[in-house]
Amino acid sequence: MATLVGSAREIEAAPAKATGYWTGVWRRLRRDPVAIGAAIVILLIVLMAAFAEYIAPADPYRGVSLRRLRPIGTPGYPLGSDELGRDMLSRLIYGARLSLFMGVTPVFIAFFLGSSIGIFAGYVGGRLNTVIMRTIDVFYAFPSVLLAVALSGALGAGFGNALLSLTVVFIPPIARVAEAVTTQVRSRDYVEAARASGAGALAIIRAHVLGNVLGPIFVYATSLISVSMILASGLSFLGLGTRPPEPEWGLMLNTLRTAIYVQPWVAALPGTMIFVTSISFNLLSDGLRSAMDVKQ
Amino acid sequence: MTAPLVSIRGLKVAFANGAVRAVDGVDLDLARGEVVALIGESGSGKSVTLRSLLRLNPERRTQIEGAMSVDGRDVLAMGRRELAQYRGGVASMIFQEPLLALDPVYTLGQQIVESIRRHESVGAAEARARALALFERVRIPSPERRLDSYPHEMSGGMRQRAMIALALACRPKLLLADEPTTALDATVQIQILLLLRELQRDLGLSIIFVTHDIGAAVEVADRILVMYAGRIVEEGSARDLIRTPRHPYTIGLLKSRAHGALSKGSRLEAIPGSPPDLANLPPGCTFAPRCPLVIEACQAERPPPIPVGPGHRARCIRVNEAAAIAPTAEELLGV
Repeated sequence: MATLVGSAREIEAAPAKATGYWTGVWRRLRRDPVAIGAAIVILLIVLMAAFAEYIAPADPYRGVSLRRLRPIGTPGYPLGSDELGRDMLSRLIYGARLSLFMGVTPVFIAFFLGSSIGIFAGYVGGRLNTVIMRTIDVFYAFPSVLLAVALSGALGAGFGNALLSLTVVFIPPIARVAEAVTTQVRSRDYVEAARASGAGALAIIRAHVLGNVLGPIFVYATSLISVSMILASGLSFLGLGTRPPEPEWGLMLNTLRTAIYVQPWVAALPGTMIFVTSISFNLLSDGLRSAMDVKQ
Repeated sequence: MTAPLVSIRGLKVAFANGAVRAVDGVDLDLARGEVVALIGESGSGKSVTLRSLLRLNPERRTQIEGAMSVDGRDVLAMGRRELAQYRGGVASMIFQEPLLALDPVYTLGQQIVESIRRHESVGAAEARARALALFERVRIPSPERRLDSYPHEMSGGMRQRAMIALALACRPKLLLADEPTTALDATVQIQILLLLRELQRDLGLSIIFVTHDIGAAVEVADRILVMYAGRIVEEGSARDLIRTPRHPYTIGLLKSRAHGALSKGSRLEAIPGSPPDLANLPPGCTFAPRCPLVIEACQAERPPPIPVGPGHRARCIRVNEAAAIAPTAEELLGV
């Protein structure tokens, strides 16, 4: 969470010079227990991923075939072991790295590309806007899961291609939100007032459009992180993303599904992690949205 | 007399490929230090005229004809850079609803500083000092603290004062005010009007202000121009126009003012009918369909401006008959 809000500051405060605004957002966010709880959970998961080497009790790759599918609470295996006898706790801790990376990176890249496209289209307006947005709509017409699977499948299985296809999946929705908000802001009186005081197109985009548009887009993008994590897990589950033996929650869910009748609690663990992380991102994004509303 | 600050000749503004004639041949002269009020109902073209002076109407969808010059510059011939310097630097504008015209995510100080630094190469500290001086000038209490407020944290009157400060940031010569008091409480309205008058006197500003409130116009304006369907139907000094209105439309406007002293049971006179469709104007006088004095000749051709006194003209061929239906002083005062 610290890294997320930190990056938001860099993106927005630099053009906006509105540090006062962000102190206000932080003040309001602090009073929202749900958002703070979600932020703490995300922070813990991020820390867990960052310091996996120091936290994990065992090697996540080394399995002991004699101790396969042990239940939760087995001595030496606090969260049991998987189908190859590897320590579940260690694999879950290491898995946070790839899962978070696959959740955040595509959204982050799509945030830049999508909002650039959307803001441009929205500000220019007219026919060019129609051309750009209808092209975007073509991509938007596919269900996101199908599009990601189709792109990954066409590009070939692999980590990089999975990232690429997820990025492509998230550009259209972000561009649409950016375009909608920009069109709205563009017709506001304060943009006309800025024109009346001699501001050029670039100055208006930099100050008034970015200042008012990046907030809502950023909040929306935060809510997409959970979707991205689930999609990434889905790709790995289908064998299109991360490959074994890499620890990644989606892939673990896939390989453990055969054990669902033997050790259901162990098999549910990766899914629980995905659930907890994505719902935390969603709750944080909700909190951010209300905290970023100035008129409170 | 020196050359006027603003001179508009035959301004015609049309939207939607010429189908909608929002402004249809407006002539206007504004001397330095003069305050002129444009009054008329919604859709009469007063705001469009004002926006044309800053070329704020969407360029692609607007057709402008005629000539406009402000402070010796041809407004329609300006290039992009010159236009940016002109907007705010020579002429600036205050808007009807200050809450919408101020950017919600910046403090007022930031917005004024940005506007100053866009036009002049001054440091941030100096720009801030100037913003503070402006806030004192428009009499915002505890200006130092208010510079760091966001628009939504202030009251309507305070916001309008801040908006005026923002408009004056780059020392313009011409202030265009688009219904500056319409969105405010009655008690605040008069304060803002008095402030405008005072600023005009102290800074030697020229002001064109648009309103549909004749009371407000009389309060601050030297001269009043009444617009109807894109044309100026009557113009004259504020005093002449109120005392001896000669266009039936002006007379209708004056009579239809809801006055505080309107005695119980007496009817509020309204102008019958509704404003004409700008895409389908009648050939003759545009007010003819609603006019109580209409005769056949009115529908034949556009009436020319007919002088009825010094600097007082009305576009009506029946000015003499109109004098008879003009409200008396008693009616105006509501006695």
